[in-house]
Parts: sequence; C-alpha cells; structure tokens
Amino acid sequence: MKATTRSADGVEIITLQGKITIGAGDTQLREVITNAVNSGKTNILLDLGEVTTIDSSGIGELVGSYTTVTNRGGKLKLLHLPAKLNELLHVTQLITVFEVYDNEAEAVKSF
Amino acid sequence: MERGESERIEITISSRFENIELVQVIAEHLCENAGVDEDGSHWIGMAVREAVANAIKHGNKLDVRKKVNATFELTGSDLEIVISDEGEGFDPSKVSDPLNPQNLMKTSGRGIFYMKTFMDEVHYSFHPGGGTSLVMTKNLAKGSGIATTKA
Repeated sequence: MKATTRSADGVEIITLQGKITIGAGDTQLREVITNAVNSGKTNILLDLGEVTTIDSSGIGELVGSYTTVTNRGGKLKLLHLPAKLNELLHVTQLITVFEVYDNEAEAVKSF
Repeated sequence: MERGESERIEITISSRFENIELVQVIAEHLCENAGVDEDGSHWIGMAVREAVANAIKHGNKLDVRKKVNATFELTGSDLEIVISDEGEGFDPSKVSDPLNPQNLMKTSGRGIFYMKTFMDEVHYSFHPGGGTSLVMTKNLAKGSGIATTKA
C-alpha cells in the first residue's frame, strides 16, 4: 500500500493506493493514521479511490483508525469508496459508522 | 464446464501471508473458467482469502513450518473448497457476531462472517490428531456475490 498526504483547509487528506490486506497494508494504515494524529492532524479524509483490494483485516484497520481519530477529538471521513469496499461496509453495517463522500470539496467543507 | 464434468485443484502453501493471494487467484480463475462473472468470482476469492488468512494466523499461528492445504473441487456447478491447517482448532460457537452493536467497532472478527456471506455453506471439522478443515460450498449456477445493498 502507498499513502500520500496533503492538506486542504485544515483537513489532512490521505490518499491510499493498492492493497489494505493482512500482513500488507493493514499495519501501514495504522501507522499513517497514528502519525497524522500524533502530529496534531485530527481531521482526516481518507481517499480510498485507488485501493485495489481490502480484506477483513483492512476493514478492521479502518474501524481502528476511526476510533483512534475520534478518541483524539477528531473526525475521520471516507472519500471515493470503491464499489466492493462499499459492499463490505454495508454487509457488516459499518456503513452506518462512516461518513462517505464522492466529492472532495464537499467532504473537506463538511469538517 | 459441461454437466457432469469435474475438476479438482490442490495447493499446499507455507504459513506466510504473502501466499494468500496464490490461493485466492486459483479460486477466482476456477470460478471464471466455470462461467461465474467477475464480481461473483471476486467474492468467492475473498471468502478463500479470509479462510486462508485465518488458517495461517489463528490455525498455524504464523509458524512457517506448518502448512495450509487448499482443495477446490468443482462438480458440475457445485464448488467445494476445503482449507486445512495444522493448528489446534477453536470453538466456532465462541466466535462473536460482528453485527451485534457491541461488536460493531471491534477491529477483528469479520472474516468468518464474510465467508458465510459469500458462500452457501461454511462448516468446520476438527481432526483428532490436530488440524482444522474449513469446508465451504457454493452452487455456482445459483448466482454468486452478495445482494444486500444497493445505493
């Protein structure tokens, strides 16, 4: 997994590319979120549009990321959810937890 | 595949996460060759991914000396997948329901749920001498994938 970060109006936009799977991107995602939060960036928009594969470990890390950010008084929202990831969040009812956006400007404005 | 024809594929891997995809790809190719659409093949492949990941992590506890064996048997449109490890087994009744509100924000415990979502049947057998086999079946003619959501 590759992660790139940039800021817009006080929101840290983290773009993830590739796989978020057990033993691969899952621990990387945790590190990226932890680093952002520890540097005071607690409004985070995760752009998942270029995520190619995710498994239950990756889903678990998304949940863990949400909890980490929320516990620090911040917000974590999702952008450009791929169709299959959307299905995985729906069947586990996690879609009710996350705020999901298709438009970056709208997402940034929502914080 | 013609009615009555069968195909059997078997692969044994060491307990490394990087080997999961090998088994997943076999599942997806087998399904695609049997006429399952891309999405359906993907979901079956994901069930296999979850099963192999559990076998490596929870069954064999990441011991690379221990093997995970996968067999795929397609008879007509009936697919049976068996994933076996060399671990000590577990009590399936103690696996928590990820849809229970108190479990919703847990970071683990969704793998078996996904397998049950994508396959017709999922059950375990525990061998007296050690080792667990997970058996998953799917009738490919009934259509694959999940249909629980739509935007």
